[in-house]
Amino acid sequence: MRRAIVASPAAWLVWGAVTIFFVGLAGVIGSVVVNSFGLRWFDSWLPEAWTTQWYGQAWDEFDLLPVLTVTILVCLLVAGISVLVGVPAAYVLARRSFPGGRLLYLLFLLPILMPPITYGIPLATVLYKYGLAGHLSGVVLANLVPSIPFVILTMTPFIEQIDPTVERAARMCGARTRHVFGRILAPLLIPGILASTILVVVRTVGMFELTFLTAGPDSQTLVVALFYSMSAAGIRAQQSVDAMAVIYCVMMLVLLVLALRFVNPTQLVARVKEDPE
Amino acid sequence: MSTATVAVRHRLAERGIDRQLLLLVPATVFVVALFIYPFAYGIAVSLQPAEGGMLAAYRSFFTDAYQRDTIMTTLVIALPAALLNVLASVPIAYRMRGRFRGKRVLTTALVVPITLGTVLTAEGLLNFLGPAGWFNRFLTTTGLADAPVRLTNNYWGVFFSLVITGFPFAFLLVLSYLSGIDPSLERAAATLGAGWRQRFLRITLPLLAPGLATTFCLTFVLAFSVFPSAILVGDPSGSTRVISIAAYEAAYVRYDYAGGAAAAIIMGVVELLVISIVLGLRGLLYTGSTAGGKG
Repeated sequence: MRRAIVASPAAWLVWGAVTIFFVGLAGVIGSVVVNSFGLRWFDSWLPEAWTTQWYGQAWDEFDLLPVLTVTILVCLLVAGISVLVGVPAAYVLARRSFPGGRLLYLLFLLPILMPPITYGIPLATVLYKYGLAGHLSGVVLANLVPSIPFVILTMTPFIEQIDPTVERAARMCGARTRHVFGRILAPLLIPGILASTILVVVRTVGMFELTFLTAGPDSQTLVVALFYSMSAAGIRAQQSVDAMAVIYCVMMLVLLVLALRFVNPTQLVARVKEDPE
Repeated sequence: MSTATVAVRHRLAERGIDRQLLLLVPATVFVVALFIYPFAYGIAVSLQPAEGGMLAAYRSFFTDAYQRDTIMTTLVIALPAALLNVLASVPIAYRMRGRFRGKRVLTTALVVPITLGTVLTAEGLLNFLGPAGWFNRFLTTTGLADAPVRLTNNYWGVFFSLVITGFPFAFLLVLSYLSGIDPSLERAAATLGAGWRQRFLRITLPLLAPGLATTFCLTFVLAFSVFPSAILVGDPSGSTRVISIAAYEAAYVRYDYAGGAAAAIIMGVVELLVISIVLGLRGLLYTGSTAGGKG
């Protein structure tokens, strides 16, 4: 196809919209970062003086060490359990056809299609009834609801890539199902398992609604602690809230960089096939 | 083992049922115990209010204008935001569907706001669009506005937060659908003399439309569950009192579990209604292979 040398008005419009979006995004993130380092910032483009005191203050005031410990613990538990439970289910759903299979697939799809608040409120009620909410266990259980289906969805294409004849050969040599899983499938699925683990971790760190509804005072994750400190604005200095937001931001970006080593950006959004490049 | 059980097992295996299906059990137990059972429990709770008949919680939701209007408020925020995100994605993704330098950097940059989530976006918007923020400072120093424009703690704050997190999401999905469409189809049309407009309207758009419907649904689900941003950058007692706030308040502020469950279920029903309308329309479209060549 012909390529115009001078950009057309449509191209200007498109690139203009993209630029405006990125300028806005940079402003949104930049103003948080700048404010967290500023000593006083009232009526000027940039703060009058710079300081790092807000980070120390945020660390002490918001008890960030326990909050971070809880966040990491919740993520590891959720990722571990959902992989252990999700991968075998994904295997059966990808390989086998059986009566009720499509219905089961729909069942696993539903939690992803519903807004978390819709099922979060009844779920939190049930978890409170059994005394599970308000503790770490309730937060983990609530976060498993979208995570297990997510693992199933992300693992399916990885499983479909494995040639079934490899498994059949193993069975011919006398391997039982658990051997096939441990010796044949697990090593071949390592990239897929890594990808879905890291995606679940990213989603769990960012999952606000379910954690918010089920967390007690000592089981808040970072994003929920951030929300509480923001909605109680005026009690704490805005800068130390921003310092906490930057800590959250850095944690997310580290995870994101890590995630992008294993997956391509579009996979973070949904299950899509690789660009035919 | 008797011959009878062997025969039964054999017949079941022929229909695709054998012991391997047991691998599905843990995942199914989790989803049923943590998703289906709470949902059923929620419906049961919503039908047993502290006072009044079976449907009292629903009746009081629909008769109280303060509660009922939250449905409209949510739709007025979520539908335009989801529509804008999808419609803006189409031309931008169309222009960027080919390969160019920095495409990976661009898509990576777009994932950042999705990963950061609505709480951080809300904090940033409060700083950036606030009365003393960079945006208003820019408007007043360039003379575009005399006084700072109020963009936070109202409808627009929530709307911008939905665009910042929702647009990259919609864009990446549309881009992946577009790159799934075989470029040779368009090249064939160009050979037959179709212009730019015809190629887009007659070839690409019909193939893309089902994908757009799916993207709209997923973006709408995101926008429909605005909770943190509606509280933080919105006006949670007025113009952005969305239905999730109504459900949360009923359950956790007034401890009216029947009311909270009823509001959550109404929210789910409204959401599924919109999605099923869109998916129903999608069913009228061509949904087949988007690959060209022999087929």
